[in-house]
Amino acid sequence: MSTSSMSTSAATVRPGPAPASGDMSAAARARSAAELDAAARAAVVRARRVRDARQVGVILTLAALCFCVLCVSLSLGEVKIPVLDVVRTLIGADEGGDGYIVTSIRLPRALTGVLAGAAFGMSGAIFQALLRNPLASPDVIGITDGASAAAVIAIVGFGLGGYPVSVVAFVGALVTATIMYLLAWRRGVTGYRLVLIGIAVGAMLSSVISYVMTISKVYEARQALGWLTGSLNAKSWDTVRPLGLALAVLVPLVLLSGRRLAVLRAGDDVARALGVTVERSRLALLLLGVALTAVATAAVGPVAFVAFTSGPIARRLVVDGEAAILPAALVGALVMTTSDLIGQHAIPSIDFPVGVVTAIIGAPYLLWLLAATNRTGRGG
Amino acid sequence: MTPTVPPSATPTTSADVTVAAPPLPVTPAGADRSPDLSAPVRAARAAGTAGAVPAASRRRGRLMLGLAGLAVLLLAVSLLAIAVGARQVGLGVILDALRHQQPGNSDHEVVINRIPRLFAGLLVGVALGLSGTIMQAVTRNPLADPGLLGVNGGAAFAVVCAISLGGITSALGYVWFAFAGALAVAVLVYAIGAVGGGGATPVKLALAGAAVQAAMLSATTAVLLTDTATFDQFRFWSVGSLAGRRPELVAELAPFVAVAALPALCSGRLLNALALGDEVARGLGQRVGVARAGVAGLAVVLCATATSIAGPIWFIGLLAPHLARPFTGPDHRWILPYAALIAPILLLASDVLGRVIARPGELQVGVVLAFLGGPFLIALVRRQRMAEL
Repeated sequence: MSTSSMSTSAATVRPGPAPASGDMSAAARARSAAELDAAARAAVVRARRVRDARQVGVILTLAALCFCVLCVSLSLGEVKIPVLDVVRTLIGADEGGDGYIVTSIRLPRALTGVLAGAAFGMSGAIFQALLRNPLASPDVIGITDGASAAAVIAIVGFGLGGYPVSVVAFVGALVTATIMYLLAWRRGVTGYRLVLIGIAVGAMLSSVISYVMTISKVYEARQALGWLTGSLNAKSWDTVRPLGLALAVLVPLVLLSGRRLAVLRAGDDVARALGVTVERSRLALLLLGVALTAVATAAVGPVAFVAFTSGPIARRLVVDGEAAILPAALVGALVMTTSDLIGQHAIPSIDFPVGVVTAIIGAPYLLWLLAATNRTGRGG
Repeated sequence: MTPTVPPSATPTTSADVTVAAPPLPVTPAGADRSPDLSAPVRAARAAGTAGAVPAASRRRGRLMLGLAGLAVLLLAVSLLAIAVGARQVGLGVILDALRHQQPGNSDHEVVINRIPRLFAGLLVGVALGLSGTIMQAVTRNPLADPGLLGVNGGAAFAVVCAISLGGITSALGYVWFAFAGALAVAVLVYAIGAVGGGGATPVKLALAGAAVQAAMLSATTAVLLTDTATFDQFRFWSVGSLAGRRPELVAELAPFVAVAALPALCSGRLLNALALGDEVARGLGQRVGVARAGVAGLAVVLCATATSIAGPIWFIGLLAPHLARPFTGPDHRWILPYAALIAPILLLASDVLGRVIARPGELQVGVVLAFLGGPFLIALVRRQRMAEL
């Protein structure tokens, strides 16, 4: 992945003319410098154009794929509805009886998957870019553990269910992230310290989860385990609305700060030299990433590996590497909807929650990725 | 063939020694990149070579005294572990029960019933203390711990498969699965962490461990979701506890700890050599690959045994050697016995603590240790400058 090297080289080429050798006349030197400068500019412009075209292509393709999977998942179920009818219903042209099934029962579930997957994907991409480590996603460094511990306590300790659990999980993720940030603060926060402290905090929280599981009745514990897996079952418009609202606020903010993320990826020193207030930008981006994780976890539970895998896949697709936030969001949505489709329909008699499927797909990919990133020396 | 004995090292090799001796608490993890920090060690070594034999023997005497003190402490904690519980038992009663047990005496019954738990704690403690020390030395990584490296996750997944798919219900049965799972994951994590330039750095290993742990956890959950009966058994195993360990289980597994602990205790010299880095160790005549595989195998057997007795217990393998080093310095011939005593003291003390603070129930020792060890790890990370990402 040529990500950081690309952006730094672009940055260094732009400002100054290339150095010329000493024994030329002044005019010749100026001319050759100008030529070099022009050539460099042309190269950068060309590279940008190729990159932009590729980025747009990737985004459009992913969006189209997402829509296709969405339509397929809307058409399958107890009642099979032809895909064309589904599309007609979606654009509001169908008044038939199947429209009710699509819009009231299947669409909320599918939309929850799309939105939560996008949120997971974006937050994973943000964390991986910020901490400059392709493995440092919110589920590995303990933020999701905070949401899980809070939710399990709410389910088992207070007998809560549904909406209140989501609120508790949301708060749990935010509090955990705050604690981690404060613990990692020592005249600034470095990526490695945040990662290791996150892992320590995550270990403590998972022991809390284990403990709470042992003191509860097996029925409640089983319910908590179901939440911990993450599922799209029984999601209605009541889930979609707050999730959509939160994303409507967060996504524009994330896209606006994407440029800063690209600069931060080049390293603190480079970022500072380019005039970015490193610590404040990092805090703002971390906040956005945590908020996205918290919102998505609150909605569907800590679905494993979506945040983790989306970023690397997206960066691979766009080749160049801005943090690839928008592609990561689409990959997340695609992974989520596809996994749910598989979980619901792969084995007719069993309805696997989406978290199980993402884990089964994600785990081998993770192992491969670990080995690959370490081989290229980017594992840390 | 005394490769790394500090007093006999000549000044020229002592430079190499200080360059690579990683596990001093004050030494950063990337010790091989910052030799200047271990200047005190070098000074100490130089003093040693200056022929200060009385100082060396005085030091040895002090260390032996320390070991004796720890042994006494362990004995005290063991007595405490028998005495404290839902029903308190006095010291006199304990001694009485151990010497001649009366069948009808209910106090004596209590004492006898608590003994398997005590032995389980001792075995698990010794095993985890030794295996943590070895892992830190072999990986040259101050953060190595059986739990952090994902070994627990592997054992857990294997146990769940054994209970659910194999229909095995007794702990004696799934010991072997815990073994196999732990071994497989240990090899996997280390292989992944060691790929690429720079070898197995702290962050690479910790991330590989956490990631594999997450993968194992998901796989475990997938099995558990479909099988509530297995889940009901598993949730009590997975918290890490010494409660209700049957005497047969302890008796069955004790030989493993004994067989692996003895060579592990004697591996100090080998670990010292390995801690110097591959090149130096090779130069000192060690067959690095064989030696490393051998001691790492011992560590995995020890921690797999511990995990199959008590379930996944985090952090104690991390803590014990770190607590030992301020007393012993970087010499593994002393760290090993110290850690082997400190770890069971910690474990039994945490067990007693868990029984005291959560009366009338109990807080499992795994939870208590996570809350002692987590802050310790955080402090360690905050204090040291480790290799930047």
